Amino acid sequence: MPQTIETKTVKHIAFLVRLGISEEEAQKFSRQFSAIIDYFNMLNEVDTTNVPPASDIANAENVLRDDIVQPSMSREEFLKNAPQSERGYIKVPTVLGD
Amino acid sequence: MRPTYEPVIGLEIHAELITNSKMFCGCSANYASAPEPNTNICPVCTGLPGALPVANKKAIELAVLVGLALNCSVNKHNTFARKNYYYPDLPKGYQISQYELPICENGWLEVEFPSPQTHQTPPLPSGEGRGVRETPLSLRERARVRVRRVHIEEDTAKLFHEKNYALVDFNRAGVPLLEIVSEPDIHSVEAALDYATKVRAILRYLGVNSGDMEKGVLRFEANVSVRPVDSDELRTRTEIKNLNSFRALTRAIAYEIERQIQIYESGGAVVQETLGWDDVRGMTTSQRSKEEAHDYRYFPEPDLPPLQLSDEWIESIRTRLPELPEAKTARFISDFGLTLSEARFLTSERTLADYFERVAAKAKSPARTVHSWIAGEFMRYLNDSGKSIEDVTLLPESFAKLIDMVTDKVISGNSAKVVLNEMLASGGDPEQIVREKNLAQVSDENQIQAIVEKILNDNPAEVEKYLAGKETLLQWFMGQVARATKGKADPNVAKELLVKSLEERRK
Amino acid sequence: MQFHTLTIRQAHQLLITKQLSSVELTQAILGRIREIDSKVKSYVTVAEELALEQAKKADERIAKGENVTPLTGIPFSMKDCISTRGVRTTCSSKILANYIPQYNATVTNKLVEAGAVLLGKTNMDEFGMGSSCENSAFFNTHNPWDLTRVPGGSSGGAAASLAAGLCLFSIGEDTGGSVRMPAGFCNVTGIKPTYGRVSRYGLIALASSFDCIGPMTRDVYDCATVLEHIAGHDPHDSTTYQTPVPKYTASIHQPIRKMKLGIPKEYFIAGMEAGVESALQEAIRQFEKLGMEIHEVSLPHTQYALPVYYLLLFAEASANLARFDGTRFGLSVAEGAKDVIDIYLQTRREGFGDEVKRRIMLGAYALSAGYYDAYYLKAQKVRTLLRRDFESAFSKVDLLLAPTCPTTAFKLGEKTSDPLEMYLSDIYVVATNPAGVPAIALPCGFSNNLPVGMQLIGKHLDEQTLFQVAHAYQQVTDWHKKIPPL
Repeated sequence: MPQTIETKTVKHIAFLVRLGISEEEAQKFSRQFSAIIDYFNMLNEVDTTNVPPASDIANAENVLRDDIVQPSMSREEFLKNAPQSERGYIKVPTVLGD
Repeated sequence: MRPTYEPVIGLEIHAELITNSKMFCGCSANYASAPEPNTNICPVCTGLPGALPVANKKAIELAVLVGLALNCSVNKHNTFARKNYYYPDLPKGYQISQYELPICENGWLEVEFPSPQTHQTPPLPSGEGRGVRETPLSLRERARVRVRRVHIEEDTAKLFHEKNYALVDFNRAGVPLLEIVSEPDIHSVEAALDYATKVRAILRYLGVNSGDMEKGVLRFEANVSVRPVDSDELRTRTEIKNLNSFRALTRAIAYEIERQIQIYESGGAVVQETLGWDDVRGMTTSQRSKEEAHDYRYFPEPDLPPLQLSDEWIESIRTRLPELPEAKTARFISDFGLTLSEARFLTSERTLADYFERVAAKAKSPARTVHSWIAGEFMRYLNDSGKSIEDVTLLPESFAKLIDMVTDKVISGNSAKVVLNEMLASGGDPEQIVREKNLAQVSDENQIQAIVEKILNDNPAEVEKYLAGKETLLQWFMGQVARATKGKADPNVAKELLVKSLEERRK
Repeated sequence: MQFHTLTIRQAHQLLITKQLSSVELTQAILGRIREIDSKVKSYVTVAEELALEQAKKADERIAKGENVTPLTGIPFSMKDCISTRGVRTTCSSKILANYIPQYNATVTNKLVEAGAVLLGKTNMDEFGMGSSCENSAFFNTHNPWDLTRVPGGSSGGAAASLAAGLCLFSIGEDTGGSVRMPAGFCNVTGIKPTYGRVSRYGLIALASSFDCIGPMTRDVYDCATVLEHIAGHDPHDSTTYQTPVPKYTASIHQPIRKMKLGIPKEYFIAGMEAGVESALQEAIRQFEKLGMEIHEVSLPHTQYALPVYYLLLFAEASANLARFDGTRFGLSVAEGAKDVIDIYLQTRREGFGDEVKRRIMLGAYALSAGYYDAYYLKAQKVRTLLRRDFESAFSKVDLLLAPTCPTTAFKLGEKTSDPLEMYLSDIYVVATNPAGVPAIALPCGFSNNLPVGMQLIGKHLDEQTLFQVAHAYQQVTDWHKKIPPL
């Protein structure tokens, strides 16, 4: 059974990933997503009983860092790319909510 | 009749770990000493495109150490995960944390609290840490609070809210942070406070966190629900964030318990939500988030392979575990003959306990005498001077010698206080100070007798009143002796001679 | 002298025998870029001044005879997702259109240390999301073999710049065929090394657990040369192998007789263009003539590779692209923003193209509460089965042979309307990335005057065998020597 992704869901996901989208875009993505997700559902055919997820398979060795301080980058360099800064800080608009 | 309610409380404790460098990059973790914003930064901790994390070995060892101290089992195979959300203090748009497989799990900690009482009127906490009103120990109960998990994550940047905008400093971004999550096994404000206090003490004992709440290195979150006593249902809970002091913790929980009881009493329902604590108004406030429900979309961090901790590594970390407060308390009671509350006091801080032990080891006087000196004049000095025990330069052997001089009646207790304050302020040897200040106790009967005689001769009216039956005047005569000898006269000798001389005048 | 068709090895000989200076070579290639790249449009940024400066330094190194490597003085191009300090790095996205990195990727550093000369940064599908280079936010890159066709993707600019003679080698990046598929379309050699063989530090991430930087070159020998210089453990990338890098060029001539070449039956099914299939069959016969044993093998989960690949890529990309939020670098659309959330919403709306939007939304969907197990976790489990397929095949054979694409280069605009159809063009190249195994793509013929590519897939960390076999093939064929008629 084809799975549909409603525009409401599209809008919710768009907000989760902080993408502003219009109503028309939401409708377009809704159609496209339904087809793609439907294709992905092909994976349901595969029996994965007792198969571990690949992400959980470790390399042979740990790659860790000794607790040694390395020089920092220059603040001027860092702020050069910043859209807005003030007194050495990155500046952003008011933060509402939590 | 209003039913009685039992609170159900779980605590999340966020503790920064003391390391030289950050969790996933080589930038200095010492943001508190950074002279300027955005000076301890690099592509990794500012989330520049293409930067990758590499885990700090020391932080992992410290996390294991904490887990072991909290009686946890260590997951030899554990994984990092991305916790996805947007906030200007989170440069990558996700926080590297641990989710499915944290580094440590399933621990416990024993807490103490007053015998069960109903919570129609939640007890008001009376202050911070040590100063909290104590229920007599006989009325206290002990229970285990299970520690669900201990996991590693990275701290966020610091956000400074200005009027129409905010400023971001990334010096703190990426500092190693431990999250210690309890099960909802806590059923009173006092037990919550005891749990938090004990965790803080353990972190300080381990040297992994300064416990300095004012600096924000230790932060609490509490989840709270209430239910009718004797029920074991789990009702809707609320989560209170940003509790940055013990006082805020206890006040917020007490407030929230009462708020929820009142909601149920008035026939309402508690809404599951995240609350903030308004310390000024003394109330919890709803934090309306634009995101209806948080959906953090955790998934395994592909940039960091799973951690593999060998048995050898874990055991080598275990050998670094110091004696912890509970064990030390028990030992102080059995080895030094201290009472429980005396031992508790001394073991509240590792440095204090160590100092006590060093003084006690050098002193010939009984350990309880050493305790009285430390709990009394020594602590008074620290409180008055605002110094901490780490600042004290007084050698334990000098302190021990001074205490022994009192025991041996070389000087009086009053004089010893003078000497102690002198030594704490500017160092020195107690014997030398006693000599210089001429504080040696006078026990010579002839010398004191002469002074007694002079006082009696100079005050015939008082002698007459005494002899007429006003024996309370003896204290006044003692005072005169003390004044005449600048406190050096052995009070027992003085009293004996006074009584004898007064009685002689009756004849 | 025809500078633009030189291999690295040929140019190196000319440089060290002082028949040619790096400055001359670099100037010649820069001149050709000015002349031809308006047609091909392979470069997003040409760093002319920096290139000449580096060429001068390389000439000094050669003059002194100090620190001369096979790459010293050789001009190259690099996919625009690899960080270059001081040189704009855009990922062909509006959101990074003016982003100038403050640091070099490890690969960039290694190439600079080797004395190679960076000419500029090449066009790509935005953030590597695409198979035709048509998802670049800036412009389309054209296939040098037929300017009306795509160069493949996502490292389309890299492949086209090399095929058009606008560099001597190029550094591409392969998340799910992004080096091999355009290599096939443009008739060049390119390798996707074992995952973790080359550092990703400074590579702007698409899918962190798939991304592999790999060289694109005129022949296999050059490919081995470049990989030798960029591979190896990096203390800044926890996923790199500590295993030392072999000297691939030293053993590249070793005999391949009696080696076992596996032909995965699932890769030779209906849907492949006839000319592609016949070129592949001819290549198999060639390997047989070279003394290899040919065996049919099975990779039973092949048909699931595409959904596994795309699901996991979407998920990882949705998080990897979260940092593009308009607050610290890159595009920031702040007009009328009342709240920081407005900056996020506006910047990402303006800054990302549709394909990026689709993928990060679908990725968030696959990870969101209630769908995680069905999509993300399921895909990770099937990924384990894909790996096992390769392990089992490699217990029987030394390497595998497969096409790089079911078709030759398609027309610009041909597949842009249907995202799913575009995804299907990656069908042969994606499985290696979830499995982490290395694969080299090399030219194996033409179909309707368009290049056909094949790939050889090897065991983990066994790039050595791939180079030996591919090199042996290029000793007896000259497909790789064909030059587009520009």
